[in-house]
Amino acid sequence: MLQLAARAWDRLTESIDGTLMLLAVLIIALGLFTLYSAAYENPARMQAQFVNIGVALVAMWIAAQVPPQTLMRMAVPIYAVGLALLVAVALFGEVANGARRWLHVGVVRFQPSEIMKIAMPLMLAWYFQRREATLTARDYLVAALILAVPAALIARQPDLGTALLVLAAGFYVIFLAGLSWRLIVPVAALGAVGLIALIAFETQICHPDAVWPGIKAYQKARVCTLLDPSTDPLGRGFHIIQATIAVGSGGFTGKGWLQGTQTHLEFIPERSTDFIFAVFSEEFGLAGNAVLLVLYVALLARGFVIAAGAPTFFARLLAGAITLIFFTYAFVNMGMVSGILPVVGVPLPLVSYGGTALVTLFLGLGILMSIQKHRKLVQT
Amino acid sequence: MRYAEFRDPDSDLRRFQARLGVAGAFVLAAFALLLGRFAYLQLWQHDYYRTKAEDNRISIVPIAPNRGLILDRNGVVLARNESQYTLEINPRQVTDLEDTIAELGKVLEILPRDRNRFRKLRQEIKGAESLPIKTRLSDAEVARFAAHAYRFPGVEIKARLFRSYPYGATASHALGYIGRISDRDLERLEGEGLTANYKGSDFIGKNGVEASYERELHGTTGTAQVEIDAGGRGIRTLASTAPVAGNNLVLTLDIRLQEIAEQAFGGFRGALVAIEPATGDVLAFVSRPGFDPNLFVDGIDPQSWQALNEDPDKPLTNRALSGAYPPGSTVKPFMALMALQLGKRTPEQSISDPGYFTLPGVARPFRDWKAGGHGAVNLHRSIVVSCDTYYYGLAADTDIDQQHAFLSQLGFGSPSGIDIDGEKSGLLPSREWKRKRFKRPDEQKWYVGDSVSVGIGQGYFLATPLQLAYAAAILANNGVAYRPHVVSRVVDARTGAARQIEPQPARTVPLNPKWVNIVKAAMVDVTRPGGTAARAGAGALYTFAGKTGTAQVVAMKQGEKYDEKKVDERHRDHALFVAFAPAENPKIALGILVENGGHGSGTAAPIARTVLDYYLLGKVPERKPELDADAQDD
Repeated sequence: MLQLAARAWDRLTESIDGTLMLLAVLIIALGLFTLYSAAYENPARMQAQFVNIGVALVAMWIAAQVPPQTLMRMAVPIYAVGLALLVAVALFGEVANGARRWLHVGVVRFQPSEIMKIAMPLMLAWYFQRREATLTARDYLVAALILAVPAALIARQPDLGTALLVLAAGFYVIFLAGLSWRLIVPVAALGAVGLIALIAFETQICHPDAVWPGIKAYQKARVCTLLDPSTDPLGRGFHIIQATIAVGSGGFTGKGWLQGTQTHLEFIPERSTDFIFAVFSEEFGLAGNAVLLVLYVALLARGFVIAAGAPTFFARLLAGAITLIFFTYAFVNMGMVSGILPVVGVPLPLVSYGGTALVTLFLGLGILMSIQKHRKLVQT
Repeated sequence: MRYAEFRDPDSDLRRFQARLGVAGAFVLAAFALLLGRFAYLQLWQHDYYRTKAEDNRISIVPIAPNRGLILDRNGVVLARNESQYTLEINPRQVTDLEDTIAELGKVLEILPRDRNRFRKLRQEIKGAESLPIKTRLSDAEVARFAAHAYRFPGVEIKARLFRSYPYGATASHALGYIGRISDRDLERLEGEGLTANYKGSDFIGKNGVEASYERELHGTTGTAQVEIDAGGRGIRTLASTAPVAGNNLVLTLDIRLQEIAEQAFGGFRGALVAIEPATGDVLAFVSRPGFDPNLFVDGIDPQSWQALNEDPDKPLTNRALSGAYPPGSTVKPFMALMALQLGKRTPEQSISDPGYFTLPGVARPFRDWKAGGHGAVNLHRSIVVSCDTYYYGLAADTDIDQQHAFLSQLGFGSPSGIDIDGEKSGLLPSREWKRKRFKRPDEQKWYVGDSVSVGIGQGYFLATPLQLAYAAAILANNGVAYRPHVVSRVVDARTGAARQIEPQPARTVPLNPKWVNIVKAAMVDVTRPGGTAARAGAGALYTFAGKTGTAQVVAMKQGEKYDEKKVDERHRDHALFVAFAPAENPKIALGILVENGGHGSGTAAPIARTVLDYYLLGKVPERKPELDADAQDD
């Protein structure tokens, strides 16, 4: 009987990468402690988050069972469905808060743009794998098209945050596939110059009368609020100011678990979702932040190791891109909470409350595990 | 590149790993940037943000002190605080005020005066956090609103302490009233650096003792450090300092005497000030008509305000303090004393009064009030019968600047320094005053004729009823002047420790007791048979020294005879009276003015008799004294 259980456990865990799992569990544990403090007035969130984690673990386990070859075969259909849904959103989508983002399917309302976060690297990795032997400049153009169309559709909704994440996901694949530095360096330099100009000429650029071509007023406001939160301390700047106060007042050791005044007196908005890092940072301080960063770095390092050891071009690109997406979530979220990046709706991976992001991220971890597990099988 | 090159899988792998390496370096660099940012915020800027977080969570909430009570000299409460429910609106939390008030009107009765008062307060107090829409709610009304309260965010029932004046209009001009702190009050408080102490206060003394002793009455505001959440809701109190209640005031007023004095006026307008000569204690302070100070407490509604302001009787004017009237014949005792002091007259000197007085070079004669004159008149008789001719001559013989010098020692021409704000100086003319007052050189010159009018308390001479009482008190006290004051003690409400407001001898007028006694004796005879106030003095059980006076309201044309019965009521002369008693040891001195009261003997002197009878004998008048505005003697 005991033997049977042991064998079932082995069967269940044979595709699970122990290192990734351990790091993910540690981060999730920190997240649950933080959520317990952040959602003190709403204990139901804890239970809901446990359910979310359960669902996400199942999704990860399933993804871990799927061999990379199967994933490759599914890449085009998933991408096609995702693209079709984005077109459907543009045509029939539901409008909420001034943005057309949602599709109503029966009782469920969901955002097709979420699918693209996984579908995009899958599709591009599939494409580069197919062209691997004969990679030319034209291929990069096609890849750019594959990337640009859904990104443009998402940006039009408008949902600039998600569009940027999808763009980043696609860019990682193209970059890892070997996009020439001669193309990357000028674009990066242009971006850097633009950023510096934005900061230097903030007053002119963010003048209330200034119109930014092609950019919605609220998007302009997000950027401008970041540049100078004090212009709108009770409105748009409130998030950034209060989050920064929470982080800064945490000090080296933090105020202690459940002791964050900014958190418990409701000064931090969205404190169990996008701004949960402010809660963590206030209660655990710089020491806690360092621990969290180390855990993330370790998890990313494991992802890179898996990518480096992957047998096929597709698997390498996919693993590398997934790892970098994970990084992007973490970096953008912590950068936003600590006031160096604009406020975009990006959760802190494995910490923020919410099912969708958790499932997406665990699916990514599952794919990494699958790639790790199947590396020898393909090679032989 | 039409044809694909042959690619070496190993070099592909190396290139991919190189790219991965770059990505890894980027990841590390980005995280290092984050770590640097965290260190900057959490170490370098930690103190700044810790303070910010504390500021966020701790709010200093002021706790308003209870205002001090006001009591009369016998401990009768004249101003107290009553707890009342009010329905208040926070204008900043309510989007559509009119709509909210209309809805409130369906739950509770909101009168038009409530709406108007709310509108007026909103204009006066711009940044108000809470303004009353309805005050003095009954328990039933509180319950009714409570059932609907969820529909009215920003509207609250509050238990507030309201000032209440149980005696209503009685002594209203002495007590004054409190009202809501207006923007102008705020400016003044800011100038005095007192804004912090008024953080939690809604009311401030506007008038009378309530205003002049504001600092004593208000108390010290306490504070509570309250932890608040982002919505501004108080979570718990971290620390607090209790407010210190304002001091209680014990007045010199005797409210019974005050009531009797006010009732003695009947329907007449006017003023009365009663002073204890030996201390300066103001025993009664009347300005008629008064007003109900309770109207002002929770913000007067515009209708009542307009009614008070437009009332031709001017109930808001403090006549005792700021009404300047020609003192008329009431100055004669003082003029007589001056003449004796300066050696201009002796008691024995006598004139023959033909009924008028002429000045060389002036065609128009100065008339005595009694046609045909008083015959032979010496100083004593000049006071008893109020002979104008005697004083015309006396004034003509005394330089105006000498008159000014002497009379100003008796308090004329300058504020007495009473502890109520708004006192006027009256007008004691002098050469210098006339030079400054007029522009044309011939107008600037002082003429002897000007002095002659001043001799009978007319011409440029103006005095307040308070000044008349003060001068009477100084005379009664043989020249020792005590500053009049209405507050006798400031009492700490908690410990009961009292601070006496000591009588302050303002000055001692160097008077020859012999002359003082001669003038006093003449004033006693004024109330005896043969004197102008004989009727008012009949049967007095104490020596009653007094002097009647009449002040013209409209100037008579040359040769015109003044006839009260023909003159419009409001153009009738003002009646005046100064008095003190008992003459040998004066306990009380009076200055009385009755507007359009005709002659001093007819209206003002009987009021004095009523007041003295009560104060000296405890005699309460059975009925209102008959005031006779048609009495003929001056």
